[in-house]
Amino acid sequence: MPTRTINPFATTTSTPALDALSEKDQPRRTSFSKNKFTSLFGGASPRTRNEAAALREALIAQQQALLDSPSPQQINSSSLSLPTINLTTATAEKMPSEPKTLFQPPDPEEAASLARAHAQFGPLGSQSHRYTSRHEGEFGDPIEDEPPYYYLITTYISYLILIVFGHVRDFFGKRFRRSHYSHLAERDGYAPLNSDFDNFYTRRLKMRINDCFSRPITGVPGRFITLMDRKSTDGNITFKMLGTLTETLNMSSYNYLGFAQSEGPCADATEAAIKKYGISMVSPRSDAGTSELTVEVEDLIANFVGKPASMVFSMGFVTNATTFPTIVGRGCLMISDELNHSSIRFGARLSGAMVSMFKHNDMRDLERVLREVISQGQPRTHRPWKKILVAVEGLYSMEGTMCNLPDLVALKKKYKFHLFVDEAHSVGALGPRGRGVCDYFGIDPSEVDILMGTLTKSFGANGGYIAANKDIIDKLRTQNAAMLYAESPTPPVLTQIASALRMITGDLYPGQGEERLQRLAFNSRYLRLGLKRLGFIVYGHDDSPIIPIMLYNPAKMPAFSHELLQRKISVVVVGYPATPLVSSRARFCVSAAHTKDDLDRMLDACDKVGDRLQLKFSSGVAGGSLPEEMQVAEKDGLKQRNGVSPPRWQLQHVLKRGVEDVKVPLR
Amino acid sequence: MDFSDPQGTAMRFFNDASAHFQKLPGSAILLRYIKSSYQNDPARSAIELFLVIFAIRYLLAPTYSTQKSKVSLTDQEIDELVDEWTPEPLVAAPTQFEELENEKRPVLVGPTGPKSKLSNGRTVTNLASYNFYNFIANEELKEKAIKTLRKYGVGPCGPPGFYGTQDVHIQTEADVAAHLGTPACIIYAQSFSTISSVIPSFSKRGDIIVADKAVNFAVRKGIQISRSTVRWYEHNDMEDLERVLQNITKEQAKKPLTRRFIITEGLFENIGDVVNLPKLIELKLRYKFRLILDETWSYGVLGRTGRGVTEAQNVDAREVDMIIGSLAGPLCAAGGFCAGTEEVVEHQRISSASYTYSAALPALLSTTASETITMLQEQPEILTGLRENIKAMRAMLDPRSDWVKCTSIVDNPILLLVLKPEVIASKNLSLEDQNQLFQDVVDECIANGVLITRLRSMPVDLGVHPRDRGWQPQPTLKVCVTSGLTKKETEKAGTVIRHAVTKMISRRK
Repeated sequence: MPTRTINPFATTTSTPALDALSEKDQPRRTSFSKNKFTSLFGGASPRTRNEAAALREALIAQQQALLDSPSPQQINSSSLSLPTINLTTATAEKMPSEPKTLFQPPDPEEAASLARAHAQFGPLGSQSHRYTSRHEGEFGDPIEDEPPYYYLITTYISYLILIVFGHVRDFFGKRFRRSHYSHLAERDGYAPLNSDFDNFYTRRLKMRINDCFSRPITGVPGRFITLMDRKSTDGNITFKMLGTLTETLNMSSYNYLGFAQSEGPCADATEAAIKKYGISMVSPRSDAGTSELTVEVEDLIANFVGKPASMVFSMGFVTNATTFPTIVGRGCLMISDELNHSSIRFGARLSGAMVSMFKHNDMRDLERVLREVISQGQPRTHRPWKKILVAVEGLYSMEGTMCNLPDLVALKKKYKFHLFVDEAHSVGALGPRGRGVCDYFGIDPSEVDILMGTLTKSFGANGGYIAANKDIIDKLRTQNAAMLYAESPTPPVLTQIASALRMITGDLYPGQGEERLQRLAFNSRYLRLGLKRLGFIVYGHDDSPIIPIMLYNPAKMPAFSHELLQRKISVVVVGYPATPLVSSRARFCVSAAHTKDDLDRMLDACDKVGDRLQLKFSSGVAGGSLPEEMQVAEKDGLKQRNGVSPPRWQLQHVLKRGVEDVKVPLR
Repeated sequence: MDFSDPQGTAMRFFNDASAHFQKLPGSAILLRYIKSSYQNDPARSAIELFLVIFAIRYLLAPTYSTQKSKVSLTDQEIDELVDEWTPEPLVAAPTQFEELENEKRPVLVGPTGPKSKLSNGRTVTNLASYNFYNFIANEELKEKAIKTLRKYGVGPCGPPGFYGTQDVHIQTEADVAAHLGTPACIIYAQSFSTISSVIPSFSKRGDIIVADKAVNFAVRKGIQISRSTVRWYEHNDMEDLERVLQNITKEQAKKPLTRRFIITEGLFENIGDVVNLPKLIELKLRYKFRLILDETWSYGVLGRTGRGVTEAQNVDAREVDMIIGSLAGPLCAAGGFCAGTEEVVEHQRISSASYTYSAALPALLSTTASETITMLQEQPEILTGLRENIKAMRAMLDPRSDWVKCTSIVDNPILLLVLKPEVIASKNLSLEDQNQLFQDVVDECIANGVLITRLRSMPVDLGVHPRDRGWQPQPTLKVCVTSGLTKKETEKAGTVIRHAVTKMISRRK
């Protein structure tokens, strides 16, 4: 537990201090052996450098612990984490970088500003909390575990009860409380704005848990997020603001690389840009809305993703919605993954092209569709398709799965379709250099025709981009509706993008971008492994920073959200219709701004809530089982299924072994 | 022997069968049922027997595809077809006009403003931006934006439904609603796409939309995606609108009631004229239609305090069911809004695609919009100052030019200039010729230090036959007036434009 400067949770969180002792033991042993290893190969000079760095860091950490920790418990744990610094030196061999800790003299004002900075971006606890996101070995679909039948049946029963109750209440309500239903009835010759049937789900299901959605916030959605407390007295129809604020751990924002900051190099650059360029461009791109900043950002993005040219838009949704009509149209076919984002569907519908779907991430199904459509040609006329565009997402925001790019590229070679990859979530979040799925799989970006992405998520800005060959971008620049009519990206947003990109590539503050990427990769794997080991059913690929855990029963959505909010953690819960009816889930978005302590706190909370809400139903097929030596010790109550025992680790063991186990393939 | 043997076998078979049948559980009940039903009503038994036979036949029937035209092919044939198939390239080769457009697109160096520096090193008078009130240069706004930046960062990193709603968004929504005088308002992250998302969130398949023929591109896309039935009426022709409404009411009289909408613009993007709102309200109330009014170009422009057409024409904003407006143009921020009743607004929060599935507006742009709305309300002289300049510019162009006329209304800071019909007729100019001509005028103006632009024709979907491409605006020159220039500077720029037009047209035979 190093350097947490503000601790608004001291009362609610039971910090796993008991584990600090045992936790410390483990890394030290590994670091020791690693040190030996490096000294064998590295010679004497790096060693001395390492020792100097270690000393410096030790000093910093010690002073910071004294300065920051509000409770003796904290001091204790901070100083206990000191031995892990040895590890710093070990990893620093491979990635030479400056010590990251921002040391400040003990001045109350500066301490407060440091606390504010750390609430947006947590300091790196130990150099061992880094990992490189890179694809290794065979890429397969993640194993999706299934809960015992009991939970599936109760889920269906729950929905049945909700629906029956809804209808009963509607039946009586429409007769005795007519005024409450006036908006669903024909009024004065006007048809109702939303139909009774469409509105049923919202009225009777979503309204019950409405307090879990659209929670208003203030300030930066960084490592912590500040919620504005609200209360409803009329069944979530209206909310009253209480005027108080709650600072919670942010497991909900798409702030993958932690660039949501109001301080630091990006914010400084943005401030300078506002002063120099003003706030807006007040013109569409094609008229007088193209600034030197726009050109610069387009070049940066093109270089970053590895494409000859790129084009930026002021909104991610519109990027998709207006690009498809420019590249496909009548006589063309779009084949889309069934779980593609709404904006892709919006664009596909506007384009006038035929659209067919394939099962989520199922390459065999895609091949079946391809063979069928190419051999059959257009419906009725049987003329060959003008072109076929396959649209997939790099990282799916509700599943945490990645597209199978190696197989897609192989299929593309065989079937000659054009490939569109929507990297809304994956750009910045995946790959050793943060350049998205191509980087992650080590595939040349030229294999993909169009790379689309948003600038909202990893870069903490707003808008979207398309990167492709120059002829495609040139066409978009003359024909794309957003280019002709929509407002241009504003100077502050463009500057945020440019400075974030420069930091990731290492042009600006070398080492910081790399740290962010590696922390994100570590955090993603650490939390995922921990949740699996605790016994949750977790969807998605191991390196994905989107971690959905399954809740199944609809009532567990609000319960989970409330329980975690009580523990001052904000999470997103999603259910039908965003997911299939049974698989309601909670989704965690990991950020580079999180420290290992934050994730330990998260695991601790999930452990307790999971027990309370009966959420630990994994069977162990998806990994996380106890290792052999521990299985013998704990082989008491749990029954085996399919030859694997369900993982139900003790929290302290999860925390103890997490850091090292993250760095081997997860099981 | 010949006959008795098969007969005996058959008898034995039947006896065995009936013995087995009687052993089956429930067989007695079935037998009793058939017997009694046969006694009561032989016809019923016959029908039941027929149904059973039909069911058996149906279940045993071979499966067949519902796609009748599908040809079954062997794997090898499919492989051959796959090898044979050559797709078109993703984009067609650029036309010469497009190449020139890409080459000539102005790139601004440094800040945008009434005087902007271009990448070729020239400083020009910028009459191409919607910088009507020159809020761009306002230092106070910049300071407030920086303050917001230092509290909120840049992006909100999430959609409004998932922790993306910030207090500043709620404040801006309240500010816009208070300014317009509507009960509620919702803000979107981009102005252009707002209406394209608002329309399909209310109007579904089977609903009816009546729209003006000259509505802008975004409205068209919204209508297209809603899949509703559309009827068009002649641009701003209230009599034609009434005729269309009457027809619909007559046609639909016996059908179940569906939602009906009239969609039009406050200030038309493509023509520059204004809607007759009082008459429209009268018609909408008489025929029970809801009105979706796109005020993207009129909000912040028309009326004493910039409330738009409702203020300019003395209509209560609550009479309009949905008002869509922009915070991006004259207000110098970004984003769009839809104002209406609580019901209208709350419905959009869960069912409007570009609100639900898109990240929220950056906080600093939201607060800027709030600030500029306040400024418009507190200092109406900002608007009158602009109108002086519009008048000056108009006087330079409209009455004095032999070639072009201005289709915008007098208060519209965007002066849209089209060729006079007699000029087109006498010079025999096709649409392409007119576009080319205006592009030449734009280039000539830039050469003389005035940056203007032309109206973009609407992109046509790929693969659509030219004859189906629908309504297109007439090629138009676009001049955006700003109060950042003095009256003299405006007049000077106007003269430059007029001369450029004269020069380019007279050069053409």
